[in-house]
Amino acid sequence: MSQLDALESQSVYILREAYRSFKQLVMLWSIGKDSTVLLWLARKAFFGHVPIPLLHIDTHYKIPEMIAYRDRFAREWNLTMLVGRNAEALQAGQTFPSGRCNRLQCCAALKSEALKHTLSGEWPRWILNHRTGTYEVQPQPEAFTGVIVGARADEEGSRSKERYFSPRDKHSEWDIAEQPPELWNQFNTDFAPGTHVRIHPLLDWTELNIWEYIERENIPIIDLYFDQGQGTRYRSLGCAPCTGPVVSSARTVAEIIEELKSGKFANIAERSGRQQDAEDGGGLETLRRDGYM
Amino acid sequence: MTTATKTIPFNTYRAEKTALLEKMNIVIIGHVDHGKSTLVGRLLADTDSLPQGKLAEVKARCERNARPFEYAFLLDALKDEQAQGITIDSARCFFRSSRREYILIDAPGHVEFLKNMISGAARAEAAVLVIDAKEGIQENSRRHGYLLGMLGIRQAAVCVNKLDLVNYSRQTFEAIRDEFSAFLRQTGIEPRFFIPISARDGHNIAGRLDKTDWYKGPTVLEALDCFEKEPAAVDKPLRFPVQDIYKFTEQGDDRRIAAGRIETGSVTTGDDVVFLPSGKRARIASIEAFNAPRAESAGAGRSTGVTLDRQLYIQPGEVMCRAGQETAQVATHLRVNLFWLGREPMIFNKRYLLKLGTAKVPVWLRRIHTVLDASELTTEKNRSHIERHDVAECVLETLKPVAFDLSSAIAQTGRFVIIDQYRICGGGIILEGQRESQTLVAEHVAQRERNWRRSRITPALRAARLGQKSTLVVVTGPADQSGENLARHLEETLFNDGRQVYYLGINNSLLGIDSDLSRSGLRDEFLRRLGEVSHLFTDAGLILITTVSDLDPYELKLIKTLNSPGDCLVVRIGAQTDAEIDADLRLPADLPASEGAKDVAKYLAQQHYLPEYYL
Repeated sequence: MSQLDALESQSVYILREAYRSFKQLVMLWSIGKDSTVLLWLARKAFFGHVPIPLLHIDTHYKIPEMIAYRDRFAREWNLTMLVGRNAEALQAGQTFPSGRCNRLQCCAALKSEALKHTLSGEWPRWILNHRTGTYEVQPQPEAFTGVIVGARADEEGSRSKERYFSPRDKHSEWDIAEQPPELWNQFNTDFAPGTHVRIHPLLDWTELNIWEYIERENIPIIDLYFDQGQGTRYRSLGCAPCTGPVVSSARTVAEIIEELKSGKFANIAERSGRQQDAEDGGGLETLRRDGYM
Repeated sequence: MTTATKTIPFNTYRAEKTALLEKMNIVIIGHVDHGKSTLVGRLLADTDSLPQGKLAEVKARCERNARPFEYAFLLDALKDEQAQGITIDSARCFFRSSRREYILIDAPGHVEFLKNMISGAARAEAAVLVIDAKEGIQENSRRHGYLLGMLGIRQAAVCVNKLDLVNYSRQTFEAIRDEFSAFLRQTGIEPRFFIPISARDGHNIAGRLDKTDWYKGPTVLEALDCFEKEPAAVDKPLRFPVQDIYKFTEQGDDRRIAAGRIETGSVTTGDDVVFLPSGKRARIASIEAFNAPRAESAGAGRSTGVTLDRQLYIQPGEVMCRAGQETAQVATHLRVNLFWLGREPMIFNKRYLLKLGTAKVPVWLRRIHTVLDASELTTEKNRSHIERHDVAECVLETLKPVAFDLSSAIAQTGRFVIIDQYRICGGGIILEGQRESQTLVAEHVAQRERNWRRSRITPALRAARLGQKSTLVVVTGPADQSGENLARHLEETLFNDGRQVYYLGINNSLLGIDSDLSRSGLRDEFLRRLGEVSHLFTDAGLILITTVSDLDPYELKLIKTLNSPGDCLVVRIGAQTDAEIDADLRLPADLPASEGAKDVAKYLAQQHYLPEYYL
């Protein structure tokens, strides 16, 4: 088996364990390359179907192409597509772009808070009506007990310490020192009432593996990752105000792979274009302890 | 930028262009402060594997905080770790040599975080064990070394670190090498290399300094490249633990697919297979996959799915084996070697969950043979419980038989974890399946009967007074209303005939004695209580009627045993879907409940439970 086969097999195994163990299961889809690969792996795991709802936390500052791409594939692949947001903070303008808070506080409000309350069902969720093509408020949202996330261990320090199945307490907090053990292919799929489990099928994948797999499987990836002629492209997608494109003329998946393997990005961290990381001495740890993806 | 996404034809699969490098997971273990993180940090720095600017960034942070720079800071990412200067949880680091890609798993050395070390090591294919030359072999050097064998890691290198602190003394290195070799030999592990290193100075990590010319072996980097990747176990008999059964009918897909990962062996269309523990047989109709070239077979390591040539009711947790090959064993009693990580000790008479392959079943600790202190290899007998960090040879009993292999034969289906209170609290390997001596439940009932206090009223006196012989009547069938309807009619029929009879509805017991149980989670505990309650009713001379949907043979045996010495009659409604149970009376599914009740009453009369019964 090739390395990609082995990674695929393990991720599929994890997805199936999650599907089997959690009745209230959801998969986060940020539209970026990692969670899109994750979505593709779900189609692999379930033989072309995606029996797990997808959740997108819309910060309202996402690059517009991302929304168009999301809705297109939600329709083509017949996805149960959910959207959540921090309507209150957006309305009050408590965001970094409006100048009322710093980047980290903005992330905490529009992502962590929105995610926490959308998962718990306290805040409304919008669900795509495939018949009309519009989003409607989901009636009686239930709390999700299993949340599948596309985090990779090579992204940054605190993610390198994750388990495949990582229990979170009632407040979505990650008690790092108290993580239960995880052995061989046996995961912590049981959970106490009121708590939930984060599931990370992509932990062992590197950025390069992701692109190699996209190439092998021919997965449709959003255009923002490719140079459209301006000599720049995005390497990591987030909110428009805090995510800068990198200088690169890679127009195809093959060119991106080349760039990562031996070219200009072989030794540069992927999240170097993300501004919020620089504000926290502990990298993303503070955000992640509080439920950030 | 354009708003439309690129149109690419979907569902096409491209062959991989280049042979990708292989990937290997290596765990770095050893006692706390012996320099594991420093070794990994040094390895990353010396092979240029750090992201640009990372080294400078960490050095600058150290300067700001007026702390001397250490290579370990490159690894210990958590704030608490940097503050305390120790590794709390295993970190994965990615790096690549000319031979392959590596994930280095930097495990914590503090005994408090043994669970984290084990989590890291259980993912690894080979280990590097680090020993401080000045401090010598310590408690966790030995404990970690011992656990390697249990975790299934066969390849190891031992690094004697901080040699700079002992002037690169050959004598010190050799003394540690000899002592530790002798220790590891007792656990069955033979390290391939002993390497004298100084992680701080960068000696024998990726390059050599002019310090140990007496050492002719490889550097750490070279040693890693010498490890061999274990080939996928295609040559062993097929083991395909069934993870789930999928049928996406609503999406217009009629395939019924048994999904799982092939742990060992291979499977091909047309193979005759047997599912264990149920023993059901079928033939492979197809191998299923999404967005991949059609294949007639699949081999070890693949997560895949199969369809069968016939409708079989199989459950997730069963192991699919190939007929004609050596199949998995089946037992309820397992002699195992187990390590315990729970805060609470593992004790007798407590219900735990066992996860083995894809099966998850209730399990009890039955016997403790010996408890080992893995840091000293000393054993203790006559222990009443297993403490945190103990390694115990013991016997476990499951409620229902499980399919397994001896870990020495097939590791993947020969190891398990134990769950206590929602968390994995222990793990182990199977040494032997034991012939069932006496089940926990039978032992409990024997003891219960020995100690039961009675008056001089005997069962015969009760039967004479009540004009009936007491028994439990269990109605089982599909999970619909038919069982309940029959049970209610039967109660009325017998009551109107003047019998002492009681119908215990499932919902009623959930309202009372079982109100602490969730509906789905603890079926076995619900059945245990039902068995005990039935025993009270039958002992009191009554006829008790109850219903349990889709009862399997083991569940029935549990109820019968707990109800004994009381009698038990089983009425089965409809065709059998699951494993055959021994029913005393079978009723067609379409029979009206009132008719069914008469049939059961007649049967009871024939079996002399109801003397003087006339229809």
